[in-house]
Amino acid sequence: MTITSSTTTTPAIEVLALVKTYPNNVRALDGLTFAVPAGTVFGLLGPNGAGKSTTVKVLNTLARPDSGIARVVGLDVVREPDRVRHSVGCVAQKSGVDVNATGRENLTLQGQFYGLHGMALKSRVGQLLERFGLAAAADREARGYSGGMKRKLDIAMGLIHTPRVLFLDEPTTGLDPEARADLWNEISRLSGSNGITVLLTTHYLEEADQLAHTLAIVDRGRVVAEGTPDSLKGELSGDAIQVDLAHAAEESRVRTALAGIPALREVSVEGAVVRARADKGGSVVPAMITSLEAAGARVASVRVTRPSLDDVYLRHTGRTFSQADQGGAR
Amino acid sequence: MNLLRHSWYMTVRHLRALWRQPWWIAISLAQPVTYLVLYGQLFKRVVELPGFAATSYITFVTPGIVIMMSIFGGGWNGMGIIMELDNGVMDRFLVSPVSRFAILAGRLIQMSIILVVQTVLVLILGMLLGARFDGGIVGLLVLMVSSVLLAVPFGALSNAMGLTLRRTESVIGASNFILLPMIFLSPVFMAPALMPGWIRAVSRFNPVAWAVESARSAMSVQPDWSLIGMNLVLLVALTIFASWVATRAFRSYQRST
Repeated sequence: MTITSSTTTTPAIEVLALVKTYPNNVRALDGLTFAVPAGTVFGLLGPNGAGKSTTVKVLNTLARPDSGIARVVGLDVVREPDRVRHSVGCVAQKSGVDVNATGRENLTLQGQFYGLHGMALKSRVGQLLERFGLAAAADREARGYSGGMKRKLDIAMGLIHTPRVLFLDEPTTGLDPEARADLWNEISRLSGSNGITVLLTTHYLEEADQLAHTLAIVDRGRVVAEGTPDSLKGELSGDAIQVDLAHAAEESRVRTALAGIPALREVSVEGAVVRARADKGGSVVPAMITSLEAAGARVASVRVTRPSLDDVYLRHTGRTFSQADQGGAR
Repeated sequence: MNLLRHSWYMTVRHLRALWRQPWWIAISLAQPVTYLVLYGQLFKRVVELPGFAATSYITFVTPGIVIMMSIFGGGWNGMGIIMELDNGVMDRFLVSPVSRFAILAGRLIQMSIILVVQTVLVLILGMLLGARFDGGIVGLLVLMVSSVLLAVPFGALSNAMGLTLRRTESVIGASNFILLPMIFLSPVFMAPALMPGWIRAVSRFNPVAWAVESARSAMSVQPDWSLIGMNLVLLVALTIFASWVATRAFRSYQRST
């Protein structure tokens, strides 16, 4: 060993030039690279089909990459899958709850896989049921659990062996807003305590913004931007202006009309929606409306917002998030 | 040690799930009873054919029905693994340190326990219908061992098929295509001496025939222990091969995930 870096500086997760192609020739990962410092919540943000779930499946040893390196707590996932499995907890996109068993039985079996037994297992199970508010339903078959309860049981199962790294793959997809807010609280609570590293994938911009300390925006199997939510938003100077036209207008005509306003930057046109950026959004709006109307494009509404992750996504991929989400869905 | 412990946990899980579905228990017990009564009645008089070498068809067909249950039980076992792939439980198991072998073993042990219960039921009913088991307790034990040693490799192969094809329709199609012909290409319902020559020739390579012949011989007045031993060895070899195939199937599942 010539490398002298101490273990404290080893990232909890390291992914280097990861490539994974599915048998139907879909290239899910195309040179994905990122690193997650220990003890943080890292968000992988991207539309459906961006490669987020595949990344998690490679990191938790379920899938094998074609090439590239993936390490979790310093362990290579391809060479030492057994040791990786002991160090990580996983909550997959699809619930892994056995509905024919009770909540307590699900947790107990999961603990047994990791070598827990006897009183230690019993008390750990009781503690997790209590903590996730499942104690009252613990001895009912999970068949009757709500979506939110199943998700909490999934997370409790992921935590049974107090792993160093927890993977949460789209944890709130399909939950109603109330259950989602509830789960967000649980996830925030997780990261504060016991130094666990969380890798969270999501296609909800607010979720990444709310929960992740650092995040990487993934598009078509590659990382296109990386940083804290604030630094990513900070890259975009100024306010975002969105003008909805009454009818779709020709892009060139809109551009010509707006060319005379020097304060406007990054003008883009998508059908009847015009987006642009300016340091003081509010003061540019009157001039924009005048110019657009003069060019024959009737303005229906105008919105000025502080930069959001949506804008970050647009800037790095050239597509809006909702467009990519529909286009990428498989 | 871990392997045995994990297999035990998995077996308990499957048995508990079964216990909570009383309807399924009722059906799985009613089925062999129906087979025994119907086949026993339908073919009752074939023993009168010259050369059949048995005097009571119910005595002849009882071990046959047990072996038929065994190959069906094994052959359809892969349906369950597809359900577990679909509902996400399997992926949760595969990312935990539980051994792949235990995942399989839990399913096959549960299946074997059901099979033994069904066998006892069929034997009791067979006796009530007039079957005689001259081989005594040893003969009955050989019957149980033969049927489990047939069900386990077919269960393993069926699970391997489930892991590779991952669609219930495909497994249903393949099993239908394979299982029934295997029963009819064996002496389950008919004495070997009366089978057409080509079927007799084919049946030498048929695991169903290995199982039913060893069981029937052990349950007769004069067991042919060299034949029984030989057939059981073949079934053990098949079990080892099938387990290897099934473990490979987990690997191929992970490659295509």
